[in-house]
Amino acid sequence: MIKAILIFNNHGKPRLSKFYEHYSEDTEQQIIRETFHLVSKRDENVCNFLEGGMLIGGSDYKLIYRHYATLYFVFCVDSSESELGILDLIQVFVETLDKCFENVCELDLIFHVDKVHNILAEMVMGGMVLETNMNEIIMQVDAQNKMEKSEVSWTPPVPCMCMT
Amino acid sequence: MPAVSKGDGMRGLAVFISDIRNCKSKEAEIKRINKELANIRSKFKGDKALDGYSKKKYVCKLLFIFLLGHDIDFGHMEAVNLLSSNKYTEKQIGYLFISVLVNSNSELIRLINNAIKNDLSSRNPTFMCLALHCIANVGSREMAEAFASEIPRILVAGDTMDSVKQSAALCLLRLYKTSPDLVLMGEWTSRVVHLLNDQHMGVVTAAISLITCLSQKNPDEFKTCVSLAVSRLSRIVSSASTDLQDYTYYFVPAPWLSCKLLRLLQCYPPPEDGAVKGRLVECLETILNKAQEPPKSKKVQHSNAKNAILFEAISLIIHYDSEPNLLVRACNQLGQFLQHRETNLRYLALESMCTLASSEFSHEAVKTHIETVINALKTERDVSVRQRAADLLYAMCDRSNAKQIVAEMLSYLETADYSIREEMVLKVAILAEKYAVDYSWYVDTILNLIRIAGDYVSEEVWYRVIQIVINRDDVQGYAAKTVFEALQAPACHENMVKVGGYILGEFGNLIAGDPRSSPLVQFNLLHSKFHLCSVPTRALLLSAYIKFINLFPETKATIQEVLRCDSQIRNSDVELQQRAVEYLKLSSIASTDVLATVLEEMPPFPERESSILAKLKKKKGPGAISVTELEDSKREGGELNGGSDRGPDTAAMSASNASTPSPSADLLGIRSAAPINAAPAGAGSLLVDVFSEAGPAAPSTAVNDDGFLRFVCKNNGVLFENQLLQIGIKSEYRQNLGRMYLFYGNKTSVQFASFTTNVSCPGELQLNLNVQTKQVEPLVEGGAQIQQVLNIECLTDFSDAPLLNIKFRYGGALQNLTLKLPVTINKFFQPTEMASHDFFQRWKQLSQPQQEAQKIFKANHSMDTEVLKAKLLGLGTALLDNVDPNPENFVCAGVIQTKSQQVGCLLRLEPNAQAQMYRLTLRCSKDSVSQRLCELLAQQF
Repeated sequence: MIKAILIFNNHGKPRLSKFYEHYSEDTEQQIIRETFHLVSKRDENVCNFLEGGMLIGGSDYKLIYRHYATLYFVFCVDSSESELGILDLIQVFVETLDKCFENVCELDLIFHVDKVHNILAEMVMGGMVLETNMNEIIMQVDAQNKMEKSEVSWTPPVPCMCMT
Repeated sequence: MPAVSKGDGMRGLAVFISDIRNCKSKEAEIKRINKELANIRSKFKGDKALDGYSKKKYVCKLLFIFLLGHDIDFGHMEAVNLLSSNKYTEKQIGYLFISVLVNSNSELIRLINNAIKNDLSSRNPTFMCLALHCIANVGSREMAEAFASEIPRILVAGDTMDSVKQSAALCLLRLYKTSPDLVLMGEWTSRVVHLLNDQHMGVVTAAISLITCLSQKNPDEFKTCVSLAVSRLSRIVSSASTDLQDYTYYFVPAPWLSCKLLRLLQCYPPPEDGAVKGRLVECLETILNKAQEPPKSKKVQHSNAKNAILFEAISLIIHYDSEPNLLVRACNQLGQFLQHRETNLRYLALESMCTLASSEFSHEAVKTHIETVINALKTERDVSVRQRAADLLYAMCDRSNAKQIVAEMLSYLETADYSIREEMVLKVAILAEKYAVDYSWYVDTILNLIRIAGDYVSEEVWYRVIQIVINRDDVQGYAAKTVFEALQAPACHENMVKVGGYILGEFGNLIAGDPRSSPLVQFNLLHSKFHLCSVPTRALLLSAYIKFINLFPETKATIQEVLRCDSQIRNSDVELQQRAVEYLKLSSIASTDVLATVLEEMPPFPERESSILAKLKKKKGPGAISVTELEDSKREGGELNGGSDRGPDTAAMSASNASTPSPSADLLGIRSAAPINAAPAGAGSLLVDVFSEAGPAAPSTAVNDDGFLRFVCKNNGVLFENQLLQIGIKSEYRQNLGRMYLFYGNKTSVQFASFTTNVSCPGELQLNLNVQTKQVEPLVEGGAQIQQVLNIECLTDFSDAPLLNIKFRYGGALQNLTLKLPVTINKFFQPTEMASHDFFQRWKQLSQPQQEAQKIFKANHSMDTEVLKAKLLGLGTALLDNVDPNPENFVCAGVIQTKSQQVGCLLRLEPNAQAQMYRLTLRCSKDSVSQRLCELLAQQF
């Protein structure tokens, strides 16, 4: 089972956190910090697996992560999951985000946190994997977007923003 | 076209996020957030009803704020309101907020349940999925009560859309996990299992998680899933990489589903149905074969996916543990990965090998990789991988490689990462104990452990070494010597001081003979560490000091002076002060034998499961150490500890710690008991005599054979006697069998503790003689006598005598005594009467030179005829009258009965009264018997 999915940037700023088990808000923030601390100090080229921090259950759980440019994608899983399988899943997740956002970058995750949650929800539900086929996932997301478009067509257009 | 166009969405939200991002400081960010929270709060509380879009925007802002790590304590109601909206986007944000922010205890659950109920019955698949997601995310008991019966219906209904089925499967799984009592599968079981055959791979993917979980809990009800899983797996494995279209991931068909199918099969034993099993073995072989094929893509994703399946297949092979062929192939494959350039693969290979090491088919194969694994431990840059290497070394360790592995782990400890040191220390301690061939190696290893990683040596580890030393007589002297040497290091760890204090306090006497480690030197060494130690260690040292007073009376004055000084007797710590005061008083008022009783050596610890193993188990969590490993180590432990299967425990340790007189109540008890103990005349001085004679520093281990010769010609009497103990013997023999009664009498008024006796037949004797006995009671009360019966069987003739070793504790000192048991070959004589003519005829028949043994010797005892006759009769032979022409001479005849043969013996003894000499001649059908009898008898007259 996947216990938590965390995305944070190189500075430890959380960009997405999804817990499939209940923790208090405080603990969740501490877990994010602890996980960042564990993952960020690791060199490139080392393996993608490490034991979980104490807060999330210690050595009974594994952190499986990938580092893409400015972002860390971390899945905290128990022993029932295949490590390499989860690595692939992270890749599917990122490729899906990339397709949905067209060259996804950190800003997309910041400004469309709801969308990211929706995409994730098409892949993982209650800590278990729902779908691994990227086309199927994108199809669902597309369908949602169409509905959204039809509903929000009347809202004023968003002016161009300068983001630096 | 991208699915989400940038710039879409809510302007207010985007502006807010930009603002936050532009904040230069944390304070500015908090200020901006508080402003926004106040704004949203006022909007929610305002008179004007908000439209759906505004609600959605504000809820989105709250979500964002929450993600930044700020508490959100309002907005829940607005989110719940969004659930009942007909607009997808509003409903979706509402559900999102609830999934992220509402915990299962929320009071809002009832309202949320209502909205979910509506959406589930809406027949709109998108809404149904949202509702199912929400149930799976929150998963509270209230939700289980409301929906547990509804969801299986949705899952198996014929008209349910695939995407809804997927969500329903995982939703049901979540409810089953939180409230298994509410999810009744009964009627649904078979239809759920058959989801494995569903045409839509997504449905199978979701369903398999559900089926795996249900199978783990109810394996019998779900066992039909095995054959379905095998056939599904077989179809995937044998398909071409294009067959499964979208489920093919970087040229690997459905890797995720394959892994999950292999995991599901790990819930069950190998299939019983031959056809199913054959098909499965074929699948596993195909997977192993594919691993050897050249990759279809250079991308890491391709090899990841392929190897994910491979590792699961290997796990299944290890789980079955019944196909030696596959196990060895798996081991070879993992061996290749051990040196792979991908760190991930090295990591996983080490991990899988750990489980492989426990299989009897592959344990040896795993061991061949020891050098690679040791190298990984030394050179891997990645601590995760090094840790797996350490785990694997631990798993592959057995008697043959224990010394190498323990040495490598010890040297790794010097540079090991702090995070894993404690676990490493535990593992080294366990291996050292489990595979200790000799206990000096064990003691060395643990002391090294304390020296290298003292901070990480938990109490369990140093308790354990003390328990073992106390229980093993043969290592006590060595331990005392080694710990004494270790303490001489200028800076030694406090744990070393603890072990040193304890061991020298108990066994310092064993090395006190050497002037370099004389009592005072020992004491000064310990005391030089005293001031650097924490309170508990100081308390332990004080106990060691009082034990010194008992062991070495000459240190009494020095130690009393130390106890008397203000820093002890007025110490601000209550425990230290109490110990100092009580020990001082005890040492000055108690007589020597009272002191010896109070400060008696620790009794052996009762053996239970190693406390270290328990600690490691606790550390790793349940299930981290397999049951077999535990049983294994228990068995090993028993073997090591000399079959007495002892296993100490922290409680025993602290209990015995408490037996050193620290509470004042103890002291009072001693004082009242003292006169009684001292009452028997000279008991005190007797004790001193014993010490000065045998000396507690060097328990006598030399074999005492004084009594032995007195019993050649008699069967009953006192074998041994000193001031403490008397040993009497009664014995009877018939044919080749004998029975011996040993009587151990405690001559003192004080109890003998840990009284053990051991009869051994050294060397060849064990082939000649069979001696059986039962253990005696370990306590011999003062003045009491206990009895032990030996059953003896003579298998063939013999020359040596069995040894009787007796150990017991009297006062502070261990008494150790070894005696020769008077079991001699002549005991198995049967007398043979014969006439003069027969005698000389046989005498001539035994005329070969080896058959005769002769000795001329001086008389040691009276040459009185009657005395000599009595002795010769006691020998067991028949004394023949009127055979020898010279009436002064004695001739005897007998047959020695052994199990394997009978040995006829003739004897002639010719006394010469003037010269006070004898000539003894023996002729036996077996030469060795002649020799032995001649030796024995030459000392009898």
